[in-house]
Amino acid sequence: MMEARGLSRRFGGLLAVADLSLTLRVGELHAVIGPNGAGKSTLVNLLAGELAPTQGTIWLDGADITDFSVGQRAKAGVGRTFQRTNLMLNMTVLENVRLAAQASCGGMLRRAARVQAPIVAAREALRRVGLDPTGDALARTLSHGQLRQLEIAMALAGQPRVLLLDEPLAGSGAEDAEPLVALMRKLSREHAVLLVEHDMDVVFAVADVITVMVDGRVLAHGMPAEIRASAAVRDAYLGHVVA
Amino acid sequence: MIGASRRGNLLLALAGLAVASMPLWTGAYHMQLASTALIAAMFALSLQLLVGGAGLVSLAHAGFFGLGAYTVYLLGPVSVLLSLPVAALTAAVAALGIGALSLRTTGFFFLMTTLAFGQMLFFLFHDTPLGGGLDGVFIQRPDLIWVVSKAQRPAVFLLLNLAVLAAMYAGLWLLMRTLFGHALLGIKANEHRMRAMGHDVQRLKLAAFVLAGALAGVAGHMAALTDAFVSPDLLGWHRSAEALLMILLGGIGALHGPILGAVALTLLEEFSPLITERQRLVEGLVILAAVLLLRRGLAGIAR
Repeated sequence: MMEARGLSRRFGGLLAVADLSLTLRVGELHAVIGPNGAGKSTLVNLLAGELAPTQGTIWLDGADITDFSVGQRAKAGVGRTFQRTNLMLNMTVLENVRLAAQASCGGMLRRAARVQAPIVAAREALRRVGLDPTGDALARTLSHGQLRQLEIAMALAGQPRVLLLDEPLAGSGAEDAEPLVALMRKLSREHAVLLVEHDMDVVFAVADVITVMVDGRVLAHGMPAEIRASAAVRDAYLGHVVA
Repeated sequence: MIGASRRGNLLLALAGLAVASMPLWTGAYHMQLASTALIAAMFALSLQLLVGGAGLVSLAHAGFFGLGAYTVYLLGPVSVLLSLPVAALTAAVAALGIGALSLRTTGFFFLMTTLAFGQMLFFLFHDTPLGGGLDGVFIQRPDLIWVVSKAQRPAVFLLLNLAVLAAMYAGLWLLMRTLFGHALLGIKANEHRMRAMGHDVQRLKLAAFVLAGALAGVAGHMAALTDAFVSPDLLGWHRSAEALLMILLGGIGALHGPILGAVALTLLEEFSPLITERQRLVEGLVILAAVLLLRRGLAGIAR
């Protein structure tokens, strides 16, 4: 379980995230939506440790991890994907995921081909996202949709309990969306998932809980049906998109 | 960065055998030339661990080479079994200090920081009496394990240098196949992602920097042993730049690239004066042509 309490982040005069609290539970997909500039990506970066909060604390399974670096959080069980594909494009698909799994390995002078644990973890992660047949291909030869799946496989390879998915469908067409939606449903059974996504059809199809952010603040929080019915949310956000 | 293929390693081994047989069919002059090329290859190969391995372009590297060479001078005539490890260790300690500080920066700033530290080492020997002055000094060679007559020297040093280069190449070839080597390549490909996934990027880079420095120290030691002469010039930043050129010429993506580049550049320096007085121009044009025409350097031709 991951928890943010009173999280704020200021960039100069701009309060990108303001006194925000939320809880991510295993078995629950928590979607964060909001107009551009609402602070969603800042929130992901705060939770992942890429940015330090100006105020507030972050907790993972009862431990305060506010001061953890991004690498320490990854090792503690926080996996994330990136909005812009952020891979080792000239390496094979398997090697990308294997490197993700290798982060927790000691004995750095062992032959990589003989150290089974990260290879097994990588194959398992590729299987879960449905990329196992492409393992030996260079990452740069994958389609856009497959690259998005690879992003998720790399996050999974670190055996995280919490998954932060930062616009996993960014740049995807409708044909890419379907397998990713099915995948997210599966993932939310075993992980605590935070999803930042612009595609409202996807969000309402997969989310168990939705938080609506506007100007760095929580505008509304509730079940998808409640959010859909909320007049305030419609006015502030959904109305503009749907209309 | 990948090591040569099985066939490539076989070709390298054959070339090594050809060099090893030089005492049978050639004279002292060409054996000394070969030794020069082998030492340049060691130095460029040690830098390749940083450039091709971790994506770190350092201009401090000649400083570690020079430290290794000056260690031989400062130790005086001791056994080579002592001078070699001490040279490697001295260079490694310097690399640890310089690396710990300069690896806080990246990209252009890393380049400039290593330039500054490298030049500090240069001036340490250039402007203080520590290293025997700015003109350099002749040194007493460390004792080899057996007595070598003056006539035997070129052949013995040639074989020694060849053995050290071969060991260095084999060691790095194996190292790049370990978890450590794979992690370095990951850092070279995408440092940010590696850090985000939980790799201790800073420590991995420092380990590579120290090891590369130690190997440069070994190369410098072999240079001092071979030439019986050291000068502050060995530590100058242009030596680092020259090694970078060798890597570029030989192939940045191949572990054996710098060996090919070092041999090619040494031969070019030797034979271009036969064609023209403007040898730097010839070298420049050859490197330019190689970079423009051979995207993978000399190592790419054989693939």
